[in-house]
Amino acid sequence: MKKWNEYLWIFSAVYLTLGFFNILFAWIGLICMLTPLLLSIVGKGKIYCNSYCGRGQLFEFLGGRLKLSANRNIPAFIRSKWFRYGFLTFFMTMFGVMVFSTYLVFNGTNNLQEVVTLLWTIQLPWNWTNTAAVSPWVAQFAFGFYSVMLTSTILGLLTMFLFKPRSWCVYCPMGTMTQGISMLKYRGKVK
Amino acid sequence: MKKAKVNQTECVACGVCKKACPRQAITIFHGIYADVNEDFCIGCKKCQKVCPASVIKVIQKEAAL
Repeated sequence: MKKWNEYLWIFSAVYLTLGFFNILFAWIGLICMLTPLLLSIVGKGKIYCNSYCGRGQLFEFLGGRLKLSANRNIPAFIRSKWFRYGFLTFFMTMFGVMVFSTYLVFNGTNNLQEVVTLLWTIQLPWNWTNTAAVSPWVAQFAFGFYSVMLTSTILGLLTMFLFKPRSWCVYCPMGTMTQGISMLKYRGKVK
Repeated sequence: MKKAKVNQTECVACGVCKKACPRQAITIFHGIYADVNEDFCIGCKKCQKVCPASVIKVIQKEAAL
């Protein structure tokens, strides 16, 4: 019988769908960012990637079960340390920019921008969601965070189609971070 | 005798191989790399096929005397 954690891909799919109905659901995605970090900090290694990552399971489902993946080998440069840490740096810089724009809305410098930015460039108007119930900065963070989640899903889907189902895992910034934390934590124990 | 060999410096420790292994021969060493227990490995190449980073190769090993 399948265990509960093998159905987490449904959580990921529902999460991505909910953002279309109300952007504020984007906040739930913080779970997918903080849980892996906390687990690796307490010494559990990459258990999140190994057993609980809904996105990885979603790619496995689409690429494996539904056979949408070409199953080619990934180009060697993508798994190089340079690319992985470079992508992590770029991703975290863009994340920092997003947090800063949330701050600018928080202190009143900027007004709320109701857009979801895909691949850091394409701006999609997203003004059908009702965000009147919360402070503008709460909504701004939701727009920014949903942009991050949607962008990384699109990149993951692209590499899922082109290479193997879980190719996203090779350059996933969270995976690079949790592996880095584990390396620091267990340095000296590595064979 | 064929055994799976992991390039551990480039392994991303995602755990896909561990799930695919029919003999539970693979463990993820503290979230750093995949480790193959050669006593259990039957060289079936399932891990090689699924590895998203393509860092597992099933190679010919000399049988221990």
